[in-house]
Amino acid sequence: MEKLSTEQLKKTASQVRRDILRMVHEVQSGHPGASLGCTEFFVALYFNQMNHKSDFSMEGKGEDLFFLSNGHISPVWYSVLARSGYFNTEELKTFRKIDSRLQGHPATEEGLPGIRIASGSLGQGLSVAIGAAQAKKIDGDEGVVYALMGDGEQQEGQIWEAAMYAPHHKVDNLIATIDFNGQQIDGPTDAVMNLQDLKAKWEAFGWEVIDTLKGNDMESVVAGLEYAKTLLGKGKPVLNLLHTEMGYGVDFMVGTHKWHGIAPSDEQLENALGQLEETLGDY
Amino acid sequence: MEKTLETKFTYTEKQDTRSGFGDGLLEAGRKNPNVVGLCADLIGSLKMGAFQKEFPERFFQVGIAEANMMGLAAGMSINGKIPFTGTFANFSTGRVYDQIRQSIAYSEKNVKICASHAGLTLGEDGATHQILEDLGMMRMLPNMTVINPCDYNQTKAATMAIAEHEGPVYLRFGRPKWPIFTPTDQKFEIGKAWKMIEGTDVTIFATGHLVWEAVVAEAKLREEGISAEVINIHTIKPLDTEAILESVAKTGACVTAEEHQYNGGLGDSVAQTLARNNPSPQEFIGVDDSFGESGKPTDLLEKYGLNADNIVKAAKKAIARK
Ligand SMILES: Cc1ncc(C[n+]2csc(CCOP(=O)(O)OP(=O)(O)O)c2C)c(N)n1
Ligand SMILES: [Mg+2]
Repeated sequence: MEKLSTEQLKKTASQVRRDILRMVHEVQSGHPGASLGCTEFFVALYFNQMNHKSDFSMEGKGEDLFFLSNGHISPVWYSVLARSGYFNTEELKTFRKIDSRLQGHPATEEGLPGIRIASGSLGQGLSVAIGAAQAKKIDGDEGVVYALMGDGEQQEGQIWEAAMYAPHHKVDNLIATIDFNGQQIDGPTDAVMNLQDLKAKWEAFGWEVIDTLKGNDMESVVAGLEYAKTLLGKGKPVLNLLHTEMGYGVDFMVGTHKWHGIAPSDEQLENALGQLEETLGDY
Repeated sequence: MEKTLETKFTYTEKQDTRSGFGDGLLEAGRKNPNVVGLCADLIGSLKMGAFQKEFPERFFQVGIAEANMMGLAAGMSINGKIPFTGTFANFSTGRVYDQIRQSIAYSEKNVKICASHAGLTLGEDGATHQILEDLGMMRMLPNMTVINPCDYNQTKAATMAIAEHEGPVYLRFGRPKWPIFTPTDQKFEIGKAWKMIEGTDVTIFATGHLVWEAVVAEAKLREEGISAEVINIHTIKPLDTEAILESVAKTGACVTAEEHQYNGGLGDSVAQTLARNNPSPQEFIGVDDSFGESGKPTDLLEKYGLNADNIVKAAKKAIARK
């Protein structure tokens, strides 16, 4: 894929945010909050960082792979996949409807291009990503494996089983990112189940940890991912703590868990779309 | 205008069964100070907020850590607490099966595993969350009682009843607003099937949300001159085999209806009972060895063959096989 400039990336992000809101509004269900919060990350990954082919193959040999562990933020992923050419943007209309390939949570059953594993039940994606990274190593494949998890998701025990495994096996072709938005369903992560010092935890498990402090600033997100790449191949997996704001880009959605999993009304949609430029054409 | 169907049970209001759980839990908590609640970051979805508010010292947010929650509940039960765990049905069963098996079922702990968003009627979230195997998994565990109530009132009554029952229980309920057609303040007897409608030609054994579909199916069959008996099997285990055998001895054929795989649930339970005692024609309403998908609850019931019309067809087929 051709790499987009920062300006182009920002324009793409605005369109992706429109897609997210329109998809969730149309079916009156889905998860806009962290989808909006992770928009810069997804756009940077697919339009600037990853070496990937929109001509999809499940095996993904010779290319970079991405795994979404916090599957509920499927809207942002579907939009970015469609906008990268994996499938027609028209199909975004079918999100969460019966007979659609765009399931509420990502699924492989109907063969949606770009998806390699089902997710939605939290805590499982990092293990899968590590397995895929090791398979690449066995093959001498230079591709990088990316994974995204939620911060609330860090409460799942399986995450820490995976965290222990990857450094032990020197899985150093892996960049795992945590959407560090400080929110989950029942409230702020600190109030629900305090993660304490997440950075120290991952470091103690043997990962190379970087902080991307401005996770909704395109330059910072790209720079963070760029830097993460330079740390690969040195015997350690890389963990990117991406500090984002849930609901970023829409003033009444930003910074609260309230929009984790509810859809905007007609008026709220109109208000939200008014804040986001239509740059590539709505589907 | 189309003539309205005269169902033997009617409703004026719809409500989600999970709210029946939430309200039942609050009452159980008021009655018995040993009742404690645990939830894995789904307080709102499980309707546990009222309990949490009234009994903050008896409520524990465990975060997104279901395996830990099952262990905690087992531990709390050791000194006489009655823990009610709350999360989605998938994360209440498959996710934590071995924790339940070893620390709760095998260890005979008085833990109530309360599971919402079960089955296809969860709707848009799709197959990752729409568990259709939970009744089977839980029913296979020795010592486990398995309950799947049909509406708000029955779920509320069941929740209060399990607080008074000693031993591990799996209580399954759901998300959609569903007709409330059973009485308020009913007595819930674990393991006792409820004959809702008497009939002579065929028996419909139904559980959970599909009990309402069975009530509608009975009315449709009646219009065609077929007399169906409807039995509400809210307790899958222990199964009321006596009621099942007595009814089938009379009608000679049956349909089982559940929001679950054919494999492992109510249909299998009834088939086993009949095979052992009185082999009889049985038709199965359930999901035929596939995963669910995103969609509207009623559309999904139609697509997967789980609604009243499918029960009607199955009933005729069962009768024809006599
Ligand atoms: C195993 C499991 N338990 C519970 C849930 C329900 N659930 C979906 S999203 C979510 C909160 C996730 O928090 P976080 O990872 O911080 O994501 P965010 O809310 O920031 O999008 C929960 C509890 C789930 N999907 N999987
Ligand atoms: Mg979060």
